[in-house]
Amino acid sequence: MYNYYLTIVLAPLIAAIVTGLFGKQVGRAGAHGLTILGVGLSCALSFVVLYQMVWGGASPENISVYTWAVTDGLRMEVGFLVDRLSALMMCVVTFVSLMVHIYTIGYMHDDPGYQRFFSYISLFTFSMLMLVMSNNFLQLFFGWEAVGLVSYLLIGFWYKKETAIFANLKAFLVNRVGDFGFILGIAGVVMLTNSLDYATVFGQADYIAGETLEVIPGTAWNAMTVICILLFIGAMGKSAQAPLHVWLPDSMEGPTPISALIHAATMVTAGIFMVARMSPLYELTTTALSVVIVIGAITAFFMGLLGIVQNDIKRVVAYSTLSQLGYMTVALGASAYSAAIFHLMTHAFFKALLFLAAGSVIIAMHHEQDIRKMGGLKKYMPITYWTALIGSLALIGFPGSAGFFSKDLLIEAVADSHWKGQGAVYWIAYLSVLLGVFVTALYSFRMFFLVFHGEERMDAETKSHLHETPLVVTGPLILLAIPSAVIGWITVEAILFGGFFGDAIVTSAARPDVLQELGSHWHGSLALLLHAPMTPVFWLAAAGVGAAWYLWLKRPDIPEAMHKKFSGLYNLLDRKYYFDDLWIKGFAGGGRSLGNLLWQKGDQTVIDGWLVNGTANTVGRLAGIVRQIQTGYLYTYAFAMIIGLTALLSWLVWFR
Amino acid sequence: MIGLQHYLTLSAMLFVLSIIGIVINRRNLILILMCIELMLLAVNFNFIAFSRYLGDELGQVFVFFILTVAAAEAAIGLAILVVLFRNKRSINVQELNEMKG
Repeated sequence: MYNYYLTIVLAPLIAAIVTGLFGKQVGRAGAHGLTILGVGLSCALSFVVLYQMVWGGASPENISVYTWAVTDGLRMEVGFLVDRLSALMMCVVTFVSLMVHIYTIGYMHDDPGYQRFFSYISLFTFSMLMLVMSNNFLQLFFGWEAVGLVSYLLIGFWYKKETAIFANLKAFLVNRVGDFGFILGIAGVVMLTNSLDYATVFGQADYIAGETLEVIPGTAWNAMTVICILLFIGAMGKSAQAPLHVWLPDSMEGPTPISALIHAATMVTAGIFMVARMSPLYELTTTALSVVIVIGAITAFFMGLLGIVQNDIKRVVAYSTLSQLGYMTVALGASAYSAAIFHLMTHAFFKALLFLAAGSVIIAMHHEQDIRKMGGLKKYMPITYWTALIGSLALIGFPGSAGFFSKDLLIEAVADSHWKGQGAVYWIAYLSVLLGVFVTALYSFRMFFLVFHGEERMDAETKSHLHETPLVVTGPLILLAIPSAVIGWITVEAILFGGFFGDAIVTSAARPDVLQELGSHWHGSLALLLHAPMTPVFWLAAAGVGAAWYLWLKRPDIPEAMHKKFSGLYNLLDRKYYFDDLWIKGFAGGGRSLGNLLWQKGDQTVIDGWLVNGTANTVGRLAGIVRQIQTGYLYTYAFAMIIGLTALLSWLVWFR
Repeated sequence: MIGLQHYLTLSAMLFVLSIIGIVINRRNLILILMCIELMLLAVNFNFIAFSRYLGDELGQVFVFFILTVAAAEAAIGLAILVVLFRNKRSINVQELNEMKG
């Protein structure tokens, strides 16, 4: 298996290097051929690994590949921890990546940066695989930063576009905030255990939980709580949780394939994966879990609301991604790690599908992204229409779709979690995920109806060119639509209730395991499906779809009127709760004015003005006075000598 | 009777005279050289007076040395003076202020 792991990781890397450095030589066909070959190989081997793990009876492997450095007993290694959790992630990452690679052939067809793009996404696949397969914190951090770097490069892929450059810088800077917390968390782990290795650190989890840290002198905080919250700040940056979510909507400035791959399916779920991977640590601190669940709940509900007022097709999907990431985070906070990973997996499929469908629409509309200028696309683009419908239904949790199983059980798990009866935290989390269902259905189908139904609002020029996109675009849509429709049905029982993850995910023995409890009421997928109409989740979703249909198809005058009547609320949503203003004007602007202040007052006035030039000026001024003595006349010097001599003699005579 | 103090007084007067000569003379460089010579002579005077007073001839030996050195110094001084005059066409002290800071 060792060679398999190496091949899985290195195949995309080699493809990325070759297409990146020798793009001219390999040409366009060579670029996509090579990278697809690399990722395809990775994907195939990942499925082999997963197959071996699940049915072949292979046990989890923890392999050290290469020791980079040993310093003071701290081993810095490259290594693979392949268990079912990472195997599942590997499959999701490589499969979505492969689909996106194929799709890109169509989407980036006329782009001059064709080879560069393929090189980047292949490099991304490598980085993401390094992240999920890591067996130590250092490699995790490497992957973490590498995916961030590629994300930065790809958001700013069209580097001549002003907004894209702004967006990629914003993404990079906001992620720095998160990464700062993340690296502090890792530093805390190293400080207490003197090890970067997962197994060693998890083995000492109880010891960490017993320690206290004085972050502010005089306050002793539980070390585990501090470390877990710091690590979660990293996850907040990468997985775009409020208030560090602001970069994700702007990241839609990049090409659509990467919005699907990086900013929906894989990279943004790295934070979720990380917390699930660290479950042995998180389980020992309820305080950190309560932070996780509340942040997740806020993100899940309030970011969903923003999707309702967006008019850019990709931004609507971006806000739904934020909201769904919030759902996963809530599940993490409720100790239902398997539910979070399960939702991560289904979400990767249907959200990638939705993004690629949006991209397909964008191609057909000649890069028009405003949904107010679309409409009635159903009859022009049937394949895109049906796949987008499957994606949207999965997103809202329509019974039977992949999203139904993951979301429904996620909400159930939150409802029955150990937070039940714990007051505010429980109600914030539960109501957010429950009402979030309605909001999700509302914005998803608002977009769906505005794009595919209703009157055709595009101009005649665009309309005359409207046609279904080529097979390289629709192919991946279909291939992603299949898992979006059925993967939940097939895998729900195995992943959630079969103890699928084994030792990879640990839940505290002190509390009842919520998924085990749910499992005891489990009567198969079909029973859950039949039970669906009796749950509030179903009716909330149905109400959302109905409301969307009524408001934006039947009576489009109502949203108009509401827009006018509640302009305050509309502005609040349109300005994204003023978070952008807070970050850009408040923190970034504050930082800049602080920098200006330090530059002008501190550097220019104090250091340059007073210290550097001041010293020289003082010496100059003093010298200006002293030089008056130096007349150049011989008799003055003689006189001075005589005075000196007299003084010396007087001293000798009288004072000695 | 002329005693030691008279000699010393005369020597001091000569010395002060030469100092004043150096300081208040603003015209002629030769005068400064002469004042320096006078200064040395005043010192010689002291040596001789003390030599007689203490009955030690060693002081008078010093005088010869000083006279020799003074002669050499005067020769060098005048040589410098000649070079200076050749370059500047003047030996006016007031004009020699190139060392002004």
